[in-house]
Amino acid sequence: MARIWVFGDNIDTDQILPGRYAPYMTSEADLGKYPFIEYRPEFASEVRPGDIIVTGNNFGCGSSREYAPRALRAVGIAAIIAPSFARIFYRNALNLGLPLFQADLSADVADGADATIDRSSGVLTVGGYARQLPPPPLWLRQVWDEGGVIAYYLNHGRLPLGEAR
Amino acid sequence: MSELPAGLTLSEQILSHAAGVAARAGELVIAPVDRCMSHDSLTPEVIEALRNELKAAHVFDPERIAVFVDHVAPAASVATANAQMKLRRWVAEEGIRHFYDVGVGVCHQVMIEEGLVAPGQIAIGTDSHSNAYGAVGCFGTGVGSRDMALAMATGQNWFRVPETIRINLHGRLGQGVSAKDISLYLCGLLGMEGANYQAVEFHGAPWMTLDSRETLCSMTTELGAKAGLFYPEGEAVAHLTPPNWLRPDPAAQFVRTVDVDLNALPAQVARPPEVNHVTPAADLADVRVDLVFIGTCTNGRLQDLRAAADILRGRRVAPGVRLLVIPASHRILQAAVEDGTLGTLLAAGATVGTPGCGPCIGRHMGVIGAGEVCFSTANRNFRGRMGDPEGLVYLGSPETAAATALTGRITDVASL
Repeated sequence: MARIWVFGDNIDTDQILPGRYAPYMTSEADLGKYPFIEYRPEFASEVRPGDIIVTGNNFGCGSSREYAPRALRAVGIAAIIAPSFARIFYRNALNLGLPLFQADLSADVADGADATIDRSSGVLTVGGYARQLPPPPLWLRQVWDEGGVIAYYLNHGRLPLGEAR
Repeated sequence: MSELPAGLTLSEQILSHAAGVAARAGELVIAPVDRCMSHDSLTPEVIEALRNELKAAHVFDPERIAVFVDHVAPAASVATANAQMKLRRWVAEEGIRHFYDVGVGVCHQVMIEEGLVAPGQIAIGTDSHSNAYGAVGCFGTGVGSRDMALAMATGQNWFRVPETIRINLHGRLGQGVSAKDISLYLCGLLGMEGANYQAVEFHGAPWMTLDSRETLCSMTTELGAKAGLFYPEGEAVAHLTPPNWLRPDPAAQFVRTVDVDLNALPAQVARPPEVNHVTPAADLADVRVDLVFIGTCTNGRLQDLRAAADILRGRRVAPGVRLLVIPASHRILQAAVEDGTLGTLLAAGATVGTPGCGPCIGRHMGVIGAGEVCFSTANRNFRGRMGDPEGLVYLGSPETAAATALTGRITDVASL
């Protein structure tokens, strides 16, 4: 059974993956060993594929380091739910096909609670109780579903347009 | 497009012009990118995405690309040395002429020094502080590796046109107070996501130096901003020629306007571990420091080194305090040698490092240990940012840093 990991406000990229644990400094093969290595040292060894992160405001603020969301994808995080995301993190996660949902749940769900998420429908089930998360725009979901922005570009021969002109 | 409608912010004008449509805040556009900046920390991922995921035979246009080795420079380990060798090979294979190796300086400083960004352009960088290019009226913004790979492969990317916060600067700064104090004050006022997804425009200070504009634009990143912009006007930017379609429009729509009275602004300090924990420097006089670091893309420019030297001239750093000075670029280092600034700093007890990012990102050249306290002129004080997670980082101006180095405690220049 997957579980929920609850974090607070303003979790910056130095907490998600400190600069000195970047693949540039260590090795690509070890990327999954380091998420939250100092902020929450048990995370990397206890996290299981399908687990969900629920956080406060401004998750992922700070650096443009794409290896921060990439490390979370590497350990199998199914989705991140926050009232707001820092802009570069949001776009990096989208580009990597890591689903983000905008909702304020950190006071409603317990750290360690059993939970599952259906990333297509946005239905989060916690302790048998299901709730619908606000769905992201269709074109964003399409980027996740196709595995990220590069896969999208290769599939369609163009950038994800959304309502772009 | 040549004829832009009235009532657009600087960001709306630049993105509309590039995309060839009149775009307002909130809309999505696809636009060509004039310049792609990538540094040693993220370029390995960019190369991986370009070659192994996108299967791009070559980059779209090597002339639009600039590559830097500044984040770990010189290499601090065998792993980083090997990664940098791969980067150099890739640069040669792609024919990228704008390549700046170890010691040339921090990417953002050199981009502006070398004239690689210009008014009205769009520049993206694999670094969150790419907002700095707004100092010359360029729409500069930070992206991750895959957005960079797409732009390098196609020459374009998609952008959400940001809403804009307008900052009106009134009056003039007092003695010992500088651009960083304005930035920290704004961080305290607006918060770490006060400008998330938005742009920030600065008005009312055509007297301001280019160095100060770079500090202000660069620090808009700490408000969460997508871009920070000055319209290029005033003596400091007389060498720049803004395109005729770019102009501050009195009818532009802003989501918020903030007025700052510079005359009344005292020196500011951000306490760990967040940039918006801002206090007047004078209130922190009981905080002892181990290391004072003057440098980075935020505050390692000639003006910053001179300001520190003016305070340190003829005096010595307090016993037990280490003063580390890292000029933001080789040109700055050379100018500081020639005008005597460096001699003054050395005579006061400073240690000087290779131009580049230094210990700002906690990777080399002066990282801190558990319980150590650093006073830094950089931009972030997150837990573990500069080394051990139990180390503490206070942020402030070069003036406050120099005064702090003299006394060993956080010191407002005004109290010296």
